[in-house]
Amino acid sequence: MEGFEPVIVGFCCNWCSYAGADLAGISRIQYPPNLRMIRVMCSGAVDPALIMEALRRGADGVFIGGCHPGDCHYMAGNYKTLRKITLLKGLLPQLGIEPQRVRLEWVSAAEGQRFAQVVTDFIGEIKKLGPNPWKGKNNEQAESGHRSGIDMLRV
Amino acid sequence: MNKLKVAIALGSTCSGCDVAILDLNEKILNLVEVADIVYWPTAMDFKIKDLEAFKSGDIDVGIYHGTVRTSTHEHTAHLLRERSKAVLSFGACAYFGGIPGLCNLSTKNEVFRTVYQDTASTVNPDFVTPQTEVKVGKFDLTLPELKDEGKALRDVIDVDYYLPGCPPTVMLREKLIPILKLVQGGELPPKGTVIASDKTLCDECEMKKENKSISKIVRTHEMIPTPGICLLEQGLICMGPATRGGCGTPCIKALVPCRGCMGPTAEVKDQGAKMISAIASILGVSEEKDLSAEDVAKLIDGIKDPVGTFYRFTLPVALINKKVGVK
Repeated sequence: MEGFEPVIVGFCCNWCSYAGADLAGISRIQYPPNLRMIRVMCSGAVDPALIMEALRRGADGVFIGGCHPGDCHYMAGNYKTLRKITLLKGLLPQLGIEPQRVRLEWVSAAEGQRFAQVVTDFIGEIKKLGPNPWKGKNNEQAESGHRSGIDMLRV
Repeated sequence: MNKLKVAIALGSTCSGCDVAILDLNEKILNLVEVADIVYWPTAMDFKIKDLEAFKSGDIDVGIYHGTVRTSTHEHTAHLLRERSKAVLSFGACAYFGGIPGLCNLSTKNEVFRTVYQDTASTVNPDFVTPQTEVKVGKFDLTLPELKDEGKALRDVIDVDYYLPGCPPTVMLREKLIPILKLVQGGELPPKGTVIASDKTLCDECEMKKENKSISKIVRTHEMIPTPGICLLEQGLICMGPATRGGCGTPCIKALVPCRGCMGPTAEVKDQGAKMISAIASILGVSEEKDLSAEDVAKLIDGIKDPVGTFYRFTLPVALINKKVGVK
């Protein structure tokens, strides 16, 4: 699509992929500016609801960056990420969203070049996919949904 | 003390909720002690004009069950709100959209195309579909309009109280009577109260939970579960970790995994997303270091129909709650 500049939300873990992004910056490696990065302590801490919220609000893609398998700062957070993202991508097609809009990549703190490479790839893929169907819809939820129950014993 | 006037209205429903109210057994006499049922189309010959005949605020408690899917459901809901002092959303469909809410996985056009064109037994070359108005001789006939999506009651009108469950279990329904007595005494529970527990189902479930790892997903027809041991640990997808408690776990006591009809707890926005996190934390944990991405995909492939499993009752209130447009 001509002139389509996707908005990509990225969750990058503090210990590997965020540091990898830093290295890409320090090394002055060029990559397109479509990624809005959010630093999280571990990729395993990214709740699938956050990814869905980003998609609901019109993000064209969501990037999750974690440490390579075996390298997680918290021992096993990234294994959980892999299962979470695989599960999430499994249900997106039923909801009419292309699973390619969510991408999980392992990037270490030493891989500035790789970070720029995978982000550039991802942006290219999203450009080919076109805008998220949720873009420009009325995306605010009517209510937060926070409701408390009654104490079962009182009544 | 004056008896309360209670109206029971319905949307897109299987009427299991009506049966659930009748199923109070002898306690229905206690219900009749505190309340007069002034409108209940499923049980008696009431028409919408009977609801229209009430004045604003005439009804003390308006009970609504079912998903809001057509223009008639919307009209009924607004009317019930206007005529009632308090509105109770009864059952999973009114609270979260329920099973009829899975209609949001198809657009209205897709539904019409399947039903009125693509099914093998249909011959409809001109693609004639039902219209909301048609003139036959001197009569104007009307049909309710099918809306693009199924909605939870609270996304259509202001709702005061919620009673989840599909249908609400005996344990929960019986609480209606003491609550109605409170209302009769002028003591209204705080707005937004959910007649259920604040904790998850796992908290009240009596099954033994010790092994926080499963090596594969099993479907209900593939095994006979061992009594007394957590069904999730046995590999069945039990929605307990992401579901509100208070139902008394009748399904689990019968060794049937929880399907999530009580919806998420108060702090959770999206039941399915929570369940994804829960499954991800236990599936293949013990051998996780040896599993490649393909192995993980294969494990997860054991979950057939993920949306229908994780959002069986809550799709219309989920974060991504419908299929929007097809490119």
